[in-house]
Formats: sequence, structure tokens, C-alpha cells
Amino acid sequence: MTWAWDNRSVVIDLFLVHAWLSVVPIVVGFVLAVPVGWYASRHPRLRGVLLSGGSILYTIPSLPLFVLLPGIIGTGFLDPLNVIIALSIYAFAIMVRTAADAFTAVSPAVLDAATATGYSSAQRGFFVELPLAGPVLLAGIRVVRVSTISLVTVGALIGVRNLGSLFTSGYRRDFTTEILVGVVAVVLLALLLDALLVLLGRVLMPWSVDGPGAVGRFWSRLARRGPDVPAGVAAGGGRS
Amino acid sequence: MSVVTDTVDWLLDADHWSGGGGVPTRVLEHLGYTGLTMLGAAAVAIPLGLYIGHTGRFRSAAIGLTGALRALPTLGVLTWFTLLLGLGLTAPILALVLLAVPPLLAGIYSGVESVDAQTVDAARAQGMTEWQILRRVEVPIGLPLMIGGLRSATLQVVATATVAAYVSLGGLGRYIFDGQARRDYPEMAAGAVLVVALALVLDGLFALAQAGAQRSARPSEHRSAATSPTSSSPTT
Repeated sequence: MTWAWDNRSVVIDLFLVHAWLSVVPIVVGFVLAVPVGWYASRHPRLRGVLLSGGSILYTIPSLPLFVLLPGIIGTGFLDPLNVIIALSIYAFAIMVRTAADAFTAVSPAVLDAATATGYSSAQRGFFVELPLAGPVLLAGIRVVRVSTISLVTVGALIGVRNLGSLFTSGYRRDFTTEILVGVVAVVLLALLLDALLVLLGRVLMPWSVDGPGAVGRFWSRLARRGPDVPAGVAAGGGRS
Repeated sequence: MSVVTDTVDWLLDADHWSGGGGVPTRVLEHLGYTGLTMLGAAAVAIPLGLYIGHTGRFRSAAIGLTGALRALPTLGVLTWFTLLLGLGLTAPILALVLLAVPPLLAGIYSGVESVDAQTVDAARAQGMTEWQILRRVEVPIGLPLMIGGLRSATLQVVATATVAAYVSLGGLGRYIFDGQARRDYPEMAAGAVLVVALALVLDGLFALAQAGAQRSARPSEHRSAATSPTSSSPTT
């Protein structure tokens, strides 16, 4: 671990670059997926097309996509933009399904009530549907965070600097410590980002006591005064 | 767009379709690594998943463990294992198995759990043993979700087997890394196109298998349910 301390400025720099390369795709994917998912939830016929399109995009392996993007959009081969665009596509592909499910789950009675109270369609979408879909959207973005942070490291193979560079450099120099420092830093970044997302969820959705988060789960479990819901019941009620 | 035509030329060149480094050999290598990995992952995940799904025991432990495994960056595990175990097949296959177990395990136990509790009780009331319930009720009904888990695990392995060429493995990833070393972009792009094609074909085959399993699991509702299972997106 003295290696990590001696090279702290490099590791911290790579950490920050990695965070940037992960956060931008997560945000871009989220911002694009929410309106598309909302639209899909309103148009059942388009829903299938959009969701299978997303699933096909997600099937494209990351390294080949990093390699192909410069040829398709004309970016430089070493441009970090390739990684950002590719990972935004994946984030979008995962989030659009979650978003469609989240908006579909909003009760029609609530929507009718909002319309009856005089909300316009846009107001209803923004002030009623979005907050109600919020907890599911948050759960989706937390899933996206894990895969995105991990996939950024693959970018190091095509020369885009990030914490994955510690893997390639450690491998070339036959130096396991460097690789392990990289693994620990990647996991730390994932945990840090998750804590930030949970905190953001708390601030933006203070009403969702039953939301994700360990604390929320703890309280809701206490309120129900029992351990986990039996597996059969939970699964039976889940999917639709 | 000379890059595109160069890539197409590379793919159409007969020299690239024969011999030890030819496309058919590389595809077979790629499929071989994938198959070997999935066998290893299945040996761990299928018994464990059936046990967790049937008994409901160790469920939160499994969720926690698979979540932690998912957070590990595969490239780091791959390079680390290779330095520890040396070049060869063992290190990359072990790293790939570690990657394939979480989605497969999740698919297996959520498949078993998706069976209605009343159906299981009915089977038990008819005098089926626990083993019979598992084999004749829970596995056939949960099969679509299980194949879904197999599908996403396999596709992740196909994708990551490409990355494994970095630690001197064969397979289609070779074109990407050899092309990079030679500064031969058409070769890299051709390799990338081949990996994408392989992944899409496999995904299509799994989609068909899943739809088939769906039909035999729930014959009455197969029309409405055919599109439902969330296959490639990570499920927890």
C-alpha cells in the first residue's frame, strides 16, 4: 500500500477522470431515457419496439463499440468522447426499460385525479408522474452506475486514461499491487457514487420512506414488524 | 468513407477466412471459451440457485454477494488473475466464470421464485416429494426466467472474452489487439464487427429459446407474455 501512497497524485487524478467518464454517461442516459420511457408507457404499441431496440443496443459488447465509434462518427481514436458516447448508449438502453416500467406503474386513478384537479398534460407529467416514478427511476440509475463504472475501465485498452490504466500498466510491469489499488479505487468510486445517489434520493423524495437505501428498508421492515416478505409472495406480486 | 470500405475489404478477403488466425478458427475459439466458462458457471450457479429458490434460504446473502461481484471491474480481475496464475486458459476462464455466476444465479433463483406459491402447495398436497416439486413444477414453470439469466450471462461472457484477448487469449478479440499493435484500423473494425454479429446472433437464438420455454410454461397466456421477460438488463 506504500505504492498507492507514493503515487497518490496519479491515483487521485485517475479517480477524478474515471468519475467524470462515469457520471457524464449516467446523466446523459438518464436524461434521454426518462422522456422516451414516459412516451413508451403511453403508447403500448411503440413500447415493444423501443424496449427491444434498447435491449439490442445493450447486446453490443463494449470494446467493439469503443473501436467502431471513431469510424462511425469520425472522432479521434483516443478521444474519451468514444467512451462517453458508448456508455451513454448503454445507460440509455438499461434506463429506458426501467423508466417505461416506472411510468406504467403509476396508478391511472391518480392520473385521472390530477386531470380532474386541472393539471395540464405537461404539468401532470412533471409534478405527478415523475415524482411517483422517482423511486423506481432511482433504483434503475443505481444499477446503471455499477455497470458504467466497471465498463469505463475497458476504455483503458484503447488508450483512454482512467483507473483501468492501473490494470494495463500493472499487467505490463507484472506488478499486482497496482492492479489491486485500481480494483479498490473502482469499488470505492462505485460506493461513493451510490451513497451520493441515495442521498440525492432522500433530498428529492423525502416522502419515499420505503425507498431504496438501507435505512429506509430498515424502517419499513420495522413498521411491518417482520423479516423479509416470503419469497413466493414477493415474486408473485412483482412482475406484471 | 474509406474506413468502411477498408473494413468490408478486410472481411471479404479470402485470406482472412482460412488457417490458424482465420475467422472460422477465431469464432470457434471464442465460442469455446464462452462454452467452457458457462459450464463452470453453471456447475456453481444452477445447484446453488435451485437451492436458494426452492428453500428461500441464504437469499439475502446471495443478493449481497452477487451485487459485490458485479461491482468488481472484470479487466482488473482478468489482469490480476493472469499475473497470479500465469498465461494460459485458467486465469481468464476463472475471471469469466466470476463474471457469469451473478446473472445466472439471479436468473435461476428468481425463476424458481416466480412460481406461484399456491401451485407449489398444490403439488405438495398431491404427495410430490420436494425433489419432484423442483423437477416437475418449479423448473418447467420458471424456465423462461432461467433462460433469461443464462442469456445475459452468456452475452456478458462473449463481450468480455473479447477483452480477454488482452491477456494473450485467442478468439475474436485478437483482431482488435493485433490490429491495434499494427495500427491496422480495418482489422480492428472487422474484429469488432464480427464480435457484434456473434453477440446479436446468440442473443437472437436465446430469445427464441426463451419464447419457446414461455409457451410450454404458460400455454394459456403465451400470446400476451411472449415479450415480457427482461433479458439483457441486469436484474437484481
